[in-house]
Amino acid sequence: MPGIDGALRALSSLDALAARPGPATRLDARAKLLVTAAYIVAVVSFERHAVAALVPFAAYPLLLGAWAQVPAGPVLGKLALASPFALMVGAFNPWIDTAPMLQLGSISVSSGWVSYASLLLRFVLTVSAALLLVATTGMRELAAALGALGVPREFTAQLLFLHRYSFVVGEEARRMATAARLRSAGRGLKFGAWSALLGHLLLRAYERARRIHQAMLARGYDGELRPGRPLAWKGRDTLFVLAWLVMFAWWRWGEPVAWLGRLLTGSGA
Amino acid sequence: MHMADALLSPTVGASLWAASAAVIGLSARRVRTSGDDRLAPLMGVLGAFVFAAQMVNFAIPGTGSSGHLGGGLLLAILLGPWAAFLVMASVLTVQALFFADGGLLALGANLFNLGFFPCFVAYPLIYRPLTRGSPGPRRIAFAAVLAAVVGLQLGALGVVLQTWASGVSSLPIASFAALMQPIHLAIGLVEGLATAGLLLALRRLRPDLLDLAAPARPLRPALLGLALTALFVGGVLSWFASPNADGLEWSVEHVATAPLSPPASPAHAAAAALQARLAVLPDYGLAQAHAAEPAARTEPAWPAVDGGTSLAGIVGGLATLVFVLVLAWAVQRGARRR
Repeated sequence: MPGIDGALRALSSLDALAARPGPATRLDARAKLLVTAAYIVAVVSFERHAVAALVPFAAYPLLLGAWAQVPAGPVLGKLALASPFALMVGAFNPWIDTAPMLQLGSISVSSGWVSYASLLLRFVLTVSAALLLVATTGMRELAAALGALGVPREFTAQLLFLHRYSFVVGEEARRMATAARLRSAGRGLKFGAWSALLGHLLLRAYERARRIHQAMLARGYDGELRPGRPLAWKGRDTLFVLAWLVMFAWWRWGEPVAWLGRLLTGSGA
Repeated sequence: MHMADALLSPTVGASLWAASAAVIGLSARRVRTSGDDRLAPLMGVLGAFVFAAQMVNFAIPGTGSSGHLGGGLLLAILLGPWAAFLVMASVLTVQALFFADGGLLALGANLFNLGFFPCFVAYPLIYRPLTRGSPGPRRIAFAAVLAAVVGLQLGALGVVLQTWASGVSSLPIASFAALMQPIHLAIGLVEGLATAGLLLALRRLRPDLLDLAAPARPLRPALLGLALTALFVGGVLSWFASPNADGLEWSVEHVATAPLSPPASPAHAAAAALQARLAVLPDYGLAQAHAAEPAARTEPAWPAVDGGTSLAGIVGGLATLVFVLVLAWAVQRGARRR
């Protein structure tokens, strides 16, 4: 988890990307959600030593990112920061699983290293697909798509509320944490100071919720939130979904990499 | 301790998605029928609070490290378990989407580990019974710490079981549990202390809020127990029913042959033969390599490992990568010109 500064920047930067007009942002959010889900399932469904067979799947985030003009920096930066947990757990594979698996000249690569490489590749692919989904869609449209796909309204409304107020409460927390840091002469927050700080933040959050509720009542709130503009499924959305599903199926079951490898090395048929 | 997509198999990921989606549905219905229209903004803002609070660390004296709040238990105490689960679900969703914490397939697992256990086990079965009546600060602190520790132990156990059932990691389940549970004992203590600190601060400053946020309708423990059992049994059964329950197979394999020890005794040879029979990846020449291993591990394995397949795989992979990169570059050029 990055610091508050980084987190708030990440929240707003991805949303700002999604707010730009472009061919990818114009697609129906449901189409992008479905393709992303199919992609992630396809990637993780390979057996644990698959490395080469996963390579074609890099095409989806790379092509989508290129097409949507998503800058590589923010996505790569998040990839580097995110979830060291999987990488740590996976790092045990080479230690435990030492049976040789690949032979490159005189170097033999153990099965554990191969499975670790596979795990890292899966991590990069699934995470970049998820980040691209947000960078081309935005929270509002995503919540609308989830609602259209049958997710309860209470949950999609909660997602939008959370996203909206993360900036507000996050800003407040950032100011309080900065003030505390300036007074603590470089030492970390002591527990007592921490609980007082967050206790006050919690109280302010409560007060804010009360004011928001009043404001909502003033605007005719009757217990139901009405989300923004409706989604419209067009021909290009069908095309987008079908094209990618066909590609994923080919990469998953068609073994294009093995075929290409045999072609290039002239081994077997 | 966010689970990651890369550690999960589709079967395990989908089972936990189904379980978590069912709990979201139930919680949404409970929140809707509670008839309290203050709940929506309160849930949103408290979600944002937890989100921000997770990033403010406090120093843990004497260790040089720092801790922060997870929030599941605090939300359950402030909002009741149903609303709290929805809030936790939204926090974890935003983290998965914007910060690549965990991942979209792993979201179901994370909701279960970090949302379900604190909201529907630790809170109703530990915190609430312990704080019945009008508890003093010491009892609140004790209940919060105990509930947080139990919740996080269950969550860590969830991570271990899910990783093991997925079979992507080679870690044997016992070693992984031995690694995870003590770490999460410490994390649970920190979480409990943080939750207690906030509850006591709130109790001192605005005691009315603690009563206000109590759930309008109490949980029925019997119903809850039933739902919990059903979910757990369903999840466990689907793991065992999964066609590629290779996690077990791999653990068996690695217990059967100790890594790095040269196969000297008949027992080792037998174990290696068993391992060869268990090997499930003939496409990659692995079964062959295992079979040849006990004979001569010191000699170069070149004749045994199918070098042709390896080479073709590597060349094919690299060629595909180059092709994809060139294509992406071309698309980007095209998109920029437009």
